[in-house]
Amino acid sequence: MNDILKKEIISFPHMGNYYSPIYSLLSRLFNNCKILIPAKITKKTMELGEKHSPDFVCTPFKYNLGNFIESLEKGATVLIQAGGGCRFGYYAELQEQILRDLGYNFTFITLLDAKKVDVFRLYKKFKLINPDLKFHSFIYDFLLTIKMINILDKIENIIRENIVFEVNEGEFDKLHRDFVYKLQFVGDFKSLNILYKDTNEKIKNIVIDKNKKVLKVGIIGELYTEMEPFSSFFIERELSKMGMQVKRYTTVTYLLFEKGKAEKVLLERAKKYIKFPLGADGTESVAHSIELCEDGFDGIIHTKPFGCTPEINAIPILQKISRDYNVPIIYFTFDMQTSETGVKTRLEAFYDMIKMKKEAGYV
Amino acid sequence: MSKHYLGVDIGSISTKAIVMDENNNIILDKYIWTQANPILATKTIINDLKKEAEDKGIVDELNIVGVGTTGSARKLVGSMLDSQVVKNEITAHAIGTLSIYPDVRTILEIGGQDSKIIIIQDGVVVDYAMNTLCAAGTGAFLSSQAQRLGVKIEDLGDISLKSNNPSKIAAKCTVFAESDLVHKAQIGHTKEDIIAGLCKAVVSNYLNNVGKGKNIYDKVVFQGGVSKNEGVTRYFKEALQKEVYVDKNSHLMGALGVAILARKSDQEKKFNFDISEQDFITKGSECSGCSNNCEIIKVYKNGNIIDRWGNRCENSKT
Repeated sequence: MNDILKKEIISFPHMGNYYSPIYSLLSRLFNNCKILIPAKITKKTMELGEKHSPDFVCTPFKYNLGNFIESLEKGATVLIQAGGGCRFGYYAELQEQILRDLGYNFTFITLLDAKKVDVFRLYKKFKLINPDLKFHSFIYDFLLTIKMINILDKIENIIRENIVFEVNEGEFDKLHRDFVYKLQFVGDFKSLNILYKDTNEKIKNIVIDKNKKVLKVGIIGELYTEMEPFSSFFIERELSKMGMQVKRYTTVTYLLFEKGKAEKVLLERAKKYIKFPLGADGTESVAHSIELCEDGFDGIIHTKPFGCTPEINAIPILQKISRDYNVPIIYFTFDMQTSETGVKTRLEAFYDMIKMKKEAGYV
Repeated sequence: MSKHYLGVDIGSISTKAIVMDENNNIILDKYIWTQANPILATKTIINDLKKEAEDKGIVDELNIVGVGTTGSARKLVGSMLDSQVVKNEITAHAIGTLSIYPDVRTILEIGGQDSKIIIIQDGVVVDYAMNTLCAAGTGAFLSSQAQRLGVKIEDLGDISLKSNNPSKIAAKCTVFAESDLVHKAQIGHTKEDIIAGLCKAVVSNYLNNVGKGKNIYDKVVFQGGVSKNEGVTRYFKEALQKEVYVDKNSHLMGALGVAILARKSDQEKKFNFDISEQDFITKGSECSGCSNNCEIIKVYKNGNIIDRWGNRCENSKT
């Protein structure tokens, strides 16, 4: 094996708990390299990203850049960026340039530079880093990772829906942490299935009180603020703590494999309000809020980073939906502010409002 | 002996406190500037209430059994006063206003640093919105412009009423508004017209940002510190083409609301006015447990820690 390649250290940006399957995928594909999970997002990540980003770029850009800098400082030599819809698609080039200007040396790989997931293109790219990579094992690992992401999303969905009913505080959190930790070491379908079964079994053993009166809310909006808890001051956790059951549509499984097919259905569902797609996740925001209203949810929470154009497009339509269905929607814009007091005040008021509204029989 | 309740609303600019009886009647009230020192402001206002009670000769009849706090310093002052209820401003304001106007449908509220709209249906809050990223179009905006014009903020409203030809001023952003204002002054607009323009700008900013997408039905009540400005009220009436009610206690609704919530909480605890003689200090420190460096605040009463908050996880080191 090539000695120079042996020294490559690969890193990638964070989003929620997806580092776990990504770590697993990369360590199997590039057994000739070291895989570096970026440091957990903290205030320092934010500050680094903010310092070196254009001020008006959307917030996820800043977080990603912060992740990259922290990884480069730890010795990363290869950086991977996803790429995709909206402005996110242009992040990679700009981030690469900023990092080069800062004097870092690295190889930069963008996964989705074509419009769709192109397996052959990806294979060719990966082969540049690991010349020994066989196509069949690449396909196997690729499929396994998809399955892992799928299972991660399933488990997190179950936790999201049930954590509010938890009797002994902290049980779901512990199970969640254990599961994510174990997931990164899964190497084949068999052990993945065992982990899935095992985790499901453990979930069944957690004492929950389904009779507890809770309010049902849905989270919609831009994908990064929905999926990276740090960027929204851990809004889902706050909601559960207050006594709200949370539903969220956006997951990586959805974005990669369901979104493409869903557009027609979503437009059909939202036809009273929109004729054309709104770009990025804007169409979802509209169609899903209609669904939440029709399913009898008590309230909807819309999140977006500062300056997110597709979601700004969606907001006036959401306001109309809110009036038509008489379901309140609260809007949050996240950027680099560090005071979460404002967010907590608004959430608390939102909770009080929908609770009183429900008690008065308005929902 | 009848029971009384204390409500304190500690905002970014002003601190409001009221004492009410069991029928929600305000018997004592006080309004002072917070001056970025909520602890001192609370001590002062409690002392002021006591003096007012002494002046009225009712201090011996006072029997405060419930305390509630609201406003941006609600948590800090809540632990200072050992209050039963610590509530956000939106809920508190709605409850306070409903006790005076049971048929209110829309509450317009402009305070020192935030502004909100609350939509009510049959006495229940059904929707609300608050300003998001910045404080444009709030009391802070008016007070900085008043300063620039060399006018007392209390006089802004009266001066603006003298004008029938308000200058057009962009209120979207305080910085833009300021350059607009300087420009208008330099080309010869009168002070009255400029001030009237400012008041009008506050209204259009509010309706375009906070009130965006909301249906405003009668009865409309306008409150918060800025409601004392008659110019702003005038342009609200003009823009909405509706009667806009401003209560004489429009600045006290938050304090009243939270006092009512304290009464409804059914937890009674005797409140002592000696709070102003106690020594309260807060200490801020950065947790070194991880690189989140959460800002931890500890509150001490006479040297003993009574409360702490700010950490995101359990790792925090004391």
